[in-house]
Amino acid sequence: MSAVPAIRRTLLRHPGWARLGVVVVLLCLWEIAARFVVDPMFLSPPSRVFASLGAVLGTQGVPAALRITFFELAVAFVLSVVIGLVIGLSVGLQSFARRSTMPIILLLYGMPQITILPLFILFFGIGAASKIAFGVSHGVFPIVLAIVAGVQNIKPILLTSARSMGASRWHVLRYVIFPHMIPSFFAGMRLGMTGVLLGVLLAELYVSTAGIGHFTTQFTQNFDPTRLLGLISILAAMAIVLNEIVRRAEVRFGRWHSS
Amino acid sequence: MASRRDKRDKWASRAVQAGFLVALALAWYLATTRWGVSHLLLPNPLRVLQQLGDILRSGEFVGDLRITLTELAAAFAISATSGVTVGYLLSRSPYLVRVFEPLLAGVYAVPIILFLPLYVLFFGLGPASKIALGATISFFPIVLNTLAGFAHVERTFVAAARSMGASDYHLFRYVLLPAALPVILTGLRMGFTVALLSIIGSETIASLAGLGHRIVNLAESMEMPRMFAYIAFVVVIAALLNTIVSTIEARWTRER
Repeated sequence: MSAVPAIRRTLLRHPGWARLGVVVVLLCLWEIAARFVVDPMFLSPPSRVFASLGAVLGTQGVPAALRITFFELAVAFVLSVVIGLVIGLSVGLQSFARRSTMPIILLLYGMPQITILPLFILFFGIGAASKIAFGVSHGVFPIVLAIVAGVQNIKPILLTSARSMGASRWHVLRYVIFPHMIPSFFAGMRLGMTGVLLGVLLAELYVSTAGIGHFTTQFTQNFDPTRLLGLISILAAMAIVLNEIVRRAEVRFGRWHSS
Repeated sequence: MASRRDKRDKWASRAVQAGFLVALALAWYLATTRWGVSHLLLPNPLRVLQQLGDILRSGEFVGDLRITLTELAAAFAISATSGVTVGYLLSRSPYLVRVFEPLLAGVYAVPIILFLPLYVLFFGLGPASKIALGATISFFPIVLNTLAGFAHVERTFVAAARSMGASDYHLFRYVLLPAALPVILTGLRMGFTVALLSIIGSETIASLAGLGHRIVNLAESMEMPRMFAYIAFVVVIAALLNTIVSTIEARWTRER
């Protein structure tokens, strides 16, 4: 009899448990819907999806496709960070360069890049190169904007005092600008990772010969929701892990001057 | 002195921007006429312009534009009503906020475009799958912003209004809503933008009609000038829609 209030109290004190409960309830609803309501051609219950993960990974070509997609994501992310850093610093450090080029960058960023996806395929082919290029085109802008904002937010007094104490241009860059840029740099990396994921996955779904897009199309056309859901869960897990890594890095490195 | 220099700087940066655009157009023109870049990769800008004129004059774009805009309107209507309602209801209890906010934020971090094949399986290749995907993707920024807007209203304001005898309705109308509106409007704007992007995106990937579908069709039949013209058309439409939404957001936020 006293179990109910006890559970209630635990739930009230630990929202995490309640959150877990919500997820479990949703999974149960999905299980019931898939088993008794929806046509098995279109939806399969989570238990079966979970059991099929092994079969998905065992499908001829799927592990290689996941490797390719991961490779595309990694290369696109690194390229975005490097290009974003170079453009962001060269634009942000000089006030004239910033004022003259920022509107152009914002204009390009505001463009719906998805419309030029077919062009990327034409220019870079249907292999990994087009996915990487499209991922970079999505990932580079948030990083540039974050770095420009970070450089801009440095208090002028810090620069003036560093210079009055005889710091060279390199010293100012190394000891004032870089440390101050770190929080916004990591914030930009997080947004960039979101963009890269979006770009690469869009391009993969659009056309793919060996990547995961090939298999999502195949499973969809064969009305095989079990394996489709399995593959999507694996990819979602991959995306969550990648996002979490950059988010942790942001929290860790963004802390020191948040006060 | 300073203001004159500022003005000169402003003109100079405008000149750099204009120069950049002119140089880009010139490079494009020279690349296609002089430098021998394949016409299949980069069509002559003059022909693109001509095709654009043809598209606008013949009214060929109307059908695709109507489909895309209908999908957008349906998706945004669904996500805006459900997002604002769910966000408001959850925000009424700090406990529910603590339970659901991380959950919603966690799902928001997953690229939902991944589920497109599933939506196509459920809803077919027609507009329904685009509406469903657009509504799902735009639901999250709207619900999260509504939640943040209502849940983080300054406690003192609520207590002050209560102590002065405000009813539930008065509290909502004069305290909660004005405080939360700017944040909610930002969420709605973000939701609108991502809904537009995801609808064009899903039309590009798998569809029967719509602007994204048209671009892919032209790309596959290698009609490059016309495809470029359509891309320009879509970019202008998207910019127009985004400007309208941002203007509405700015005006409502200011009037408060």
